[in-house]
Formats: sequence, structure tokens, C-alpha cells
Amino acid sequence: MTKNCHNDYKMKFSTDEEYPDLLKHNNHMSKALTREIYDKLRSKSTPSGFTLDDCIQTGVDNPGHPFIMTVGCVAGDEESYEVFKGLFDPVISDRHGGYKPTDKHKTDLNFENLKGGDDLDPNYVLSSRVRTGRSIKGFTLPPHNSRGERRGIERLSIEALNSLEGEFKGKYYPLKDMTEKEQEQLIADHFLFDKPISPLLLAAGMARDWPDARGIWHNDNKTFLVWVNEEDHLRVISMQKGGNMKEVFRRFCVGLKKIEEIFKKHNHGFMWNEHIGYVLTCPSNLGTGLRGGVHVKLPKLSTHPKFEEILTRLRLQKRGTGGVDTASVGGVFDISNADRLGSSEVEQVQLVVDGVKLMIEMEKKLEKGGSIDDMIPAQK
Amino acid sequence: MASTFAHMMSGRKAVLALAGLSAGTLATGYIMSDSRSTAAIEKMKIYPPSADFPDLRKHNNCMASALSPAIYSRLRDKLTPNGWSLDQCIQTGVDNPGHPFIKTVGMVAGDEESYEVFADLFDPVIRDRHNGYDPHLMKHPTDLDSSKITSGLFDERYVLSSRVRTGRSIRGLGLPPACSRAERREVERVAAQALSGLKGDLAGRYYSLGEMTEEEQQRLIDDHFLFDKPVSPLLTCAGMARDWPDARGIWHNNEKTFLVWINEEDHTRVISMEKGGNMKRVFERFCRGLKEVERLIQERGWEFMWNERLGYILTCPSNLGTGLRAGVHVRLPLLSKDPRFSKILENLRLQKRGTGGVDTAAVGDIYDISNNDRLGKSEVELVQLVIDGVNYLVECEKKLEKGQEIKVPAPIPQFKQ
Repeated sequence: MTKNCHNDYKMKFSTDEEYPDLLKHNNHMSKALTREIYDKLRSKSTPSGFTLDDCIQTGVDNPGHPFIMTVGCVAGDEESYEVFKGLFDPVISDRHGGYKPTDKHKTDLNFENLKGGDDLDPNYVLSSRVRTGRSIKGFTLPPHNSRGERRGIERLSIEALNSLEGEFKGKYYPLKDMTEKEQEQLIADHFLFDKPISPLLLAAGMARDWPDARGIWHNDNKTFLVWVNEEDHLRVISMQKGGNMKEVFRRFCVGLKKIEEIFKKHNHGFMWNEHIGYVLTCPSNLGTGLRGGVHVKLPKLSTHPKFEEILTRLRLQKRGTGGVDTASVGGVFDISNADRLGSSEVEQVQLVVDGVKLMIEMEKKLEKGGSIDDMIPAQK
Repeated sequence: MASTFAHMMSGRKAVLALAGLSAGTLATGYIMSDSRSTAAIEKMKIYPPSADFPDLRKHNNCMASALSPAIYSRLRDKLTPNGWSLDQCIQTGVDNPGHPFIKTVGMVAGDEESYEVFADLFDPVIRDRHNGYDPHLMKHPTDLDSSKITSGLFDERYVLSSRVRTGRSIRGLGLPPACSRAERREVERVAAQALSGLKGDLAGRYYSLGEMTEEEQQRLIDDHFLFDKPVSPLLTCAGMARDWPDARGIWHNNEKTFLVWINEEDHTRVISMEKGGNMKRVFERFCRGLKEVERLIQERGWEFMWNERLGYILTCPSNLGTGLRAGVHVRLPLLSKDPRFSKILENLRLQKRGTGGVDTAAVGDIYDISNNDRLGKSEVELVQLVIDGVNYLVECEKKLEKGQEIKVPAPIPQFKQ
């Protein structure tokens, strides 16, 4: 049974009695959730029984960081974004650069539309990677789903992935039953994901029943990887060493389409609509859910006073090489697209390709002792 | 304020009458108050209980030992009148497989009715945890008459401090795993209001966790009174840390010998303590304080959760009955090294912990010695057992100092039924 939310009982108490104390909070949810909105939405529940309090629990429990703005709410199913529009619309607008409730999102997974991207200088670009998430229609999402549903997702995923051939032929490793040897290999390959420890995820109920129905699939070439039932139903990752982002993106698009076909055959296609694109657990991943990036050596550029401004103008973000919330090591940065919603997959990867190319040229200029002032790009 | 919740109250007599009925009768009644949506009910059909049965093969807790597919199948679709489900009771035990040596309980109650509606699972867990106590055959004795205690003055060359704690739940309000913010705030109001009525040596003050000043916080830390947001996954997986620190707080008397925690792992945790070995006085203050708080909440139409099968109802089944842990910090340098130490403790129905509390190690041969049992024996019986047991341990220590022989005492019987 899906997580029960005993909402009818709570309706006996007034809005004032139930409204959370958000005075010390700094996340998108706490900024958007007025007493009026809480009052309007608290009596509602999605068809599967997810309620407003369920959406916001993670944001109430995690007041946030003075400098980093977390989202503070999650969806429990596809319908959450509709039923709790009153909260999600302002959160989405705040998080995704003013995206309006009437805006339409473009999906473009035609890798042929990407220009260039096969020639990023391997002396600077160490590796390239594109990831996204997918939710499977007909199942509720990780904060809400029952063990039966999660196992159903796993079963369908295994079937879909095991039917892949050629460059996509691979193997599934359930977290519950992997051997020590398999575990060590997956750790060495940097593929293994752990039970979440972030209170942002735990407070949203995403680690329930761990490690039941969680697992990792990857192709024999180790260039295409799928996480099952971690923070989303599926996280799909295409990667390889070096700077051939075009090839990474091709494999990403082709692989995704093949997987989607198989799910559709079972009447369980991916959750998608023309307003918010691919529907995922966290509002920050709506739209493309895509993060395309490279590990790139920029020791000089990264210490230039205009580095942050350049990134902002290129619509890119930097992270350390350990991923989100890590520091860079040896001048190597993880550079990826900042946007998810309102532009297509091709557009976002194009920004990465073009932006990284420019930054490498800037790095080379700085190496020669030159100035980059005339190379600073306009806002994209 | 009580009027909002008045309709949920039942007098003690009514409760006793209900408790006398069989669990089956009560449990059946609760299916009718199902508030699930059509889609949710459809989902229940697509996923029969067998699809949702947890994988407990690597688990070692009381819930995992007791939960069979048959029991899960019978209970999965039931809800308490407040809408609490079995899956919510057991989530903590599914998420925390347990320790090969320490058997955790693995389930919690969301409300008073959980123990009835899910009796098919709670009863075997209670039997497992409480030495075979059967809630359907036995009655739990409550006795807070501290005048019955004898020899409650320890040798202070050995006993450094004495302490008694328990918990109390406010009838009609959801327990920490399940309560809404409104319910939790009501618990805080009811408890803080009652405590503000205490007088004499019990007079004191309330400190809300969210609103205390930095100075107050430091002082409470220095006094070892302050409790933190739980980090133990046993508690966080059960949902007890939600909305922290909303409606959480600490109350203590001016003399710092009577302390109440509000909305931590239970609605209230009540602690009486002092330096030295006067356990009789600690227990006397404990009983007096508890009775006075009970009187004060009853004046406003509230009462504690209690029934004659299970005694005081608390969140964790391990704390049912008296919810009482009475203990001392005692120096036992020689006895603690004697190979018979564990057996002596076992027969005296005592447990040892380090001086940091559960899961800590002893420092400088000083042990925290307290009662093992909670359910099936009264408060007076348990405290007397601790007093007699600690006196025995101190006697052993003295004998060993003089090079004399010590004996392992005969085991104390479980229940008189």
C-alpha cells in the first residue's frame, strides 16, 4: 500500500494550528507557501493519496542554507504538480528563471541537431557526461511509492534494459543481492550509489525500505549506466573519457529512445507533458532533467575575477569533481548547464559544448599571458 | 482549548470497559472508518499484500521475528481511527535491519489504538520483548506509592547519583511518529500549562527549543538537560524528528531535580534525579510530581494514555507498562572485573550501561545500573528491585575489597500471575 497520509483526520484542526513555522527557513517552498496557499491546498490530496504536507515535509525539516537555495518540496506522483499547482507554480517560477504556468517546454532528443561537440580539446577536457531522469507512468514517485510499486518499477526496468543489444548490451546488479566482487568492481568504476544520507532526501521518505528494489544497470562498455529507484524511478547516464560530447549525447539519445519504446509497449511510458516536460520527483529537475557536463582543467581561468560572470553569461554552472557540494581539485572543474526547464536537450548540451570550447580558448590565452577582456561573451 | 479535542476523549471507566473487549471486536470496527480514495483502493487490488511484504531475510529485530506473510496480509489494509497504517508502524524496523547482538524492537505505535488494531503483530512483539508477558491473559499493575519503598539509601562511597525516568502520553493526541503539527503543539500547551501549576520544590520553568536564548541553551547543555534533534535512524525512520524543533522543549524545576522533556521520543519524558544515593527521595519526588501533573491535566479535561493490559501507553513497545528506568551511577572497580558480574546482573534483572547512557562504555569503573524490565511489574516493585540489587552489588564490591567470597544470587522470578 502506498504510504498513508491520514489527511482527513488533520482537517479537524484549523489552518493556523497546522501551518508550519517557516520563520527561519530559506528555500523555494518556504518563500512560496503563504498561509493562504496552505489553507487552500491542505484539504486536497492526489488520487493516490499524496497531500500538501507530504510535499513540503522535506522543506519544513530542512530550513536551508543562507547561501544555497534548496527547493524544499517534492512530488509524490504525476498529479502532485497539478493538484498542488498553487505551490508548485511559484516554486517552479522561482527556480527556473520566471517560467510561467502558461509556458510550454520543448523536448528535442535528436542528437543530429547538435552542432560540433566532437572536438573539445582532450588536453583540457578529461571526461564528458550527460544524465537525466525518467519517471514511469502509472507508478507513484520515490517519496510515496509502496514496496510493491517499487518492485514493479524494478521488474519493468530490468526487462527493458536486458532487451538492449549491440553497444547497449549490459547487466543489472540489484543492490540487495550483489556479490562482494561485483560491489568492489562497481565502486572502482564509480558506478555504485549508496543509501542516501542527505537529510533533504531522507526527510522526503526516499530511502524507505532500502535497498529493496534498488539497483544499477550498465552496458558492457561501461559508457551507459542506469540507476533504478534512487532519487527518481530511473536516472540515465551516458559518459566516456575525453571530450567527445557529441558521441556521449548520441548514445544518450539513442539509448533513451530504445528504453522508452519498451516501456511504452507495456503501457507504462515516461511521465511527460508539454508544460513541464519530463516529470521528476524534484521540481529542480523538471523539463529536460538534463545535466550535461565535462571535467575540464581551467586552473588559470578559474582564478580570474570574471570567472563567475562568464559562467553566468554562458548559462553554465561549476561544481567540484566529486559532484554537487564538492570542491574542485587541481584546477579541474565539473562544468555543466544550469538550466533544465524552458529549453530543449539539444539547446542545453549546445550551450555546454559552445561554452566549454570558449573557456578553453580563454584558458589558452591566459596561459600565453594574454588578456581575455575582449572574449567575454554576451548573456545567452 | 480542550473543547476542540473533547470529542476524542473517553472517561477512564469507558476505556477500561473497551479494554476488556477482545482485540478482534475492536479491530473489526476500525475497518469501517477507512478514508482512502478510490484510486488508493484500486491500487490495493493491483498490489496484493504479498507484493508489499517486506524483505526481512537479513533483519534481526522483534518485528521481523514476528511478522509473517499471513499477519501482514490480515493487517495491511487496516487503519486506526486516525488513519495510521501497519506499514507506518513497521517502517523503522524495515529500514533498520538491526544488530547481530542487540535486538531492537523494530516498530512503533502512531496512536493509542495502534496497539489494538495491529494487536496481531504488537502482541507477539510485546511477548518477545517483555519476557513472555501476554497482554491478553495478564494485567499490568500500576503502583506509584513511594512510601512502600524500603532501604532506599545507598552507600555514597559507591553510588554517585540516582535517577528515575518514565514517559507519559496525552490521551486523544497522536504519538510522535504520527502527530500533526497541531497535535504536537497541543501536547506542548497541555504539558507546559500543567507544569506551570507545580509548586514548592517542584516549581520550575519551561524552555521552548525553538525560542530559547543562547545563554539558556548553554546553561541547559552544561546541566546535561538539553536534548538534541534525534540522529538515530531508529527514530528518524519512524518520523519522530519531523518539523523539528517545532513544539519541542524542556521543563525543569528550580532545584534541577525534576525534568520533563516535551515531544522528543514520547509526548513527555519525566525524570527525577539527584547526586548521591537517596533513591527513596528521588522516587518519592518522581511519584509526587507525576501525580500532581496528572491532577493538573485532569482539571482541564485531559488524561494520560493507560489501560490495564498494557499500563502506560508509549510510542515504543519496549516502554510499555511502567515506562520506568530507575538507575544509579555506581563505582564497582572490583566486581566489574569479576567474571560472574554479568550473571549476577542477569539474575538480579539489572542491566549495565556506560555513564553516557545507552550504547556508551563505562568510564573509570563507574557503571549505570538499572532495571531490565518495564511491563508486568509495578513501579514500586521495579524500584525496589533496583534498590535491593544495587545494595547487593555494593555488598559484593565490599566483600571483594576484603578478599571475601561472593555468591551469584538466585534468579528473580518474572511475573506473579
